[in-house]
Amino acid sequence: MSRLVPFFGFMLLVALFGFGIWWNTQHDQREVPSPLINKPAPAFVLPKLDDPTQTVSREALMGKPYLINVFASWCIACGEEHPVLMTQGKSIGVPIIGYNYKDAADDAKAWLAKHGDPYDMVIVDQEGRTAIDFGVYGAPESFLVDGKGVIRYKRIGPLTPEAIEKELKPAIAALAKEQP
Amino acid sequence: MTPELGQLALILALLLAFAQGVLPLIGAWRNHRALMAVARPAAAGQAVFVSLAFVLLVWAFLQFDFSVQYVADNSNLALPWYYRIAAVWGAHEGSLLLWIFILNLWTLALTVFSRNLPEVFVARVLGVLGLVSVGFLAFIIFTSNPFLRLLPMPADGADLNPVLQDPGMTFHPPVLYMGYVGFSVAFAFSIAALLGGELEQAWVRWARPWTNVAWAFLSAGIVAGSWWAYAELGWGGWWFWDPVENASFMPWLVGAALIHAQAVTEKRGALRAWTILLSIFAFSLSLLGTFLVRSGVLTSVHAFASDPKRGLFILCFLAVVVGGSLLLYALRAPKVAGGKPFSVVSRETAILIGNLMLTVAAAMVLLGTLFPLVGDALNLGKVSVGPPYFGLLFTLLMLPVVALLPFGPYLRWGKSDTPLLKRIMWRAGLAAIACAIIAAFLTDGETKAIAGTAAAVWCGFGTLLYVVKRWREMPAGRRYPAEMAGMLLAHFGVGVFLAGVLLTNALSVERDVRMSPGQAESIGGYDFRFDGVHETQGPNWHGDQGTVTVMRNGREVAVMHPQKRTYTRGQVQTESAINPGITRDLYVALGEPMDRTQPDGAWALRLYDKPFVRWIWAGGLFMMLGGFFAAADRRFRAKRVAETEAVPAAALQESRA
Repeated sequence: MSRLVPFFGFMLLVALFGFGIWWNTQHDQREVPSPLINKPAPAFVLPKLDDPTQTVSREALMGKPYLINVFASWCIACGEEHPVLMTQGKSIGVPIIGYNYKDAADDAKAWLAKHGDPYDMVIVDQEGRTAIDFGVYGAPESFLVDGKGVIRYKRIGPLTPEAIEKELKPAIAALAKEQP
Repeated sequence: MTPELGQLALILALLLAFAQGVLPLIGAWRNHRALMAVARPAAAGQAVFVSLAFVLLVWAFLQFDFSVQYVADNSNLALPWYYRIAAVWGAHEGSLLLWIFILNLWTLALTVFSRNLPEVFVARVLGVLGLVSVGFLAFIIFTSNPFLRLLPMPADGADLNPVLQDPGMTFHPPVLYMGYVGFSVAFAFSIAALLGGELEQAWVRWARPWTNVAWAFLSAGIVAGSWWAYAELGWGGWWFWDPVENASFMPWLVGAALIHAQAVTEKRGALRAWTILLSIFAFSLSLLGTFLVRSGVLTSVHAFASDPKRGLFILCFLAVVVGGSLLLYALRAPKVAGGKPFSVVSRETAILIGNLMLTVAAAMVLLGTLFPLVGDALNLGKVSVGPPYFGLLFTLLMLPVVALLPFGPYLRWGKSDTPLLKRIMWRAGLAAIACAIIAAFLTDGETKAIAGTAAAVWCGFGTLLYVVKRWREMPAGRRYPAEMAGMLLAHFGVGVFLAGVLLTNALSVERDVRMSPGQAESIGGYDFRFDGVHETQGPNWHGDQGTVTVMRNGREVAVMHPQKRTYTRGQVQTESAINPGITRDLYVALGEPMDRTQPDGAWALRLYDKPFVRWIWAGGLFMMLGGFFAAADRRFRAKRVAETEAVPAAALQESRA
């Protein structure tokens, strides 16, 4: 019997690897769960793009859920994401707040004028300081914040039609159930 | 047209591999000479077609044939020719082609150097290798075809990962694979022995030189990889316990154990089942390494494209090959604990302890590597273990090995006389303590530096003592047979390696600094003066090149040029500048400019002084030489079959002190 020990040990290993392959088809390994999920969004006060004298704060947005979408005119992947937001942005049922990240105001305005503006409001973080509090890796990124100011969902990289259907919309639907 | 020829060649090779894998095994089973005779020509034919495929892929790269997807993905018009050749194994499909190409080289070598072995045995060995070949060729053809066309053909290709555009990387994979794949020979020998159920141990003697050569190549490959990581990744580290590194280190550890176990089995007839098991393990871990790197089950800094279908294929292949072998082992391994008896103080005991430590270390590395996966499986979240786990456990496990090492050559088979060993212990011990005291004064009592000096002197001086003893006692010409010279070289290398690791670890000075042109920083007694950055140009990149002048006591030691390169396709790569030396390396890496708009201004720089870092690789190279020397021993050149069959009993008696 003892001579079968290596064999059984190895079979255990095979089972583990089989599990690993299956697990990886379900999960993206690069996906690091954001420590901010289910935590209050960091406090911020940021100027609006179209009128820098006005500022928007976290507190001012409390009460209703909204989606923050980090974008920049220099960001190529944002260009890929943009048409998706243009066509499906209205259908998700919450306001989308553009978060213009490390960008020149004129470039951002020109970019939105050229490609269309899917946002209900655009706020500007030219230095990228607040973005650090949000744990932004780069653009594009999206954060779903609920009415209590808590981050409920985060996506790194462009929102695709698939991601909107399978991840974002269920997350929004879950919010709606909580607050009848 | 040529890529299709390459694909055709692979398919023909698969058919021949099938013939090589099945017919000789049936022949050996049924004792059918004609079927057994298929093995050699089939192996030769397979080698011809695999080489053809390989050459055609090289040709496609040299000719910029971007209609081949793999070529278009991994090269472009600006890539110099030598990196275009290296690009053949720069990604998944090509590395597998290299794998199978090297397997064919080993098989071919075996068909040539096995003329004196029994026909049945050779048929079985080549059969097993053929079956391994079938698996890999099928894997290439069905999941990872390097000859896939890309239509329409792009005008220019992407790029070879710039991290791989380094001289170290051009020969690291081939050498490493020579080692990995080389263990397939020892594996095939042991499977053939299990199939044949031979009671004789002659196969171990035949397998020994092959194991040694494979292990030597693996040592060289790991050294090259470590050197490459040091020079290219820009952190000045030489080992990261990364899954991919671990994948090459596990077979190395088991291979080291196997080399010693084979010696015991060959000379004393003991540990027969254990030697077979280790042969299976060494090759299994090589396959596992391929699996881990290629299946994407684990992520690592060596981010390769991964695909679940491929992972599944390798897993099934792994299950069949390793599972089948272990089942065969369970059924057929020698039941009786054979061999001559030995007392507690004997070479057998020392080797047994060493074997235990090396295999446990390999298991420890395996567990650490798979830990994230275990974490996922048991729903513990994202967990992984890092250098503290590996470093601590590995040090603890290797302590007994280091302690026993100097006694190796003095120990006799069966039973040793204790007074001699005590004398050696005193001499090597005193030398180690004396040097440790000197080191303590020179380094202001750095613990690791003291330990490193002591351990290195203990191993190195202990080994040298034996060299002197042989020189005095034996007549010229018989002093150092190749097998013994190999052992002495490798054991000496362990000492050199230990000195390198511990001294570097203890004495390195690493500093991240912000420097303006003209500013100087003093590190480890060296003054590094930053002389600014200017633009520079390479064949397929442009970049910023810094100038750092290093002075010691007012004398100029080196002018170093660290670079920050941007390659044709936009990837940025840090090219550190290294000023090598026997007792220290100076290492400068260029970070980011403080202000992007002012590249003439201040930059972030990484300045390292790394004493004795080169000894790490020198130690590895000594071990490699040891492997090659031992394999070259005249004793291993198989005599005529008739003679060999008569000799084993006598050979077992033979004992070399």
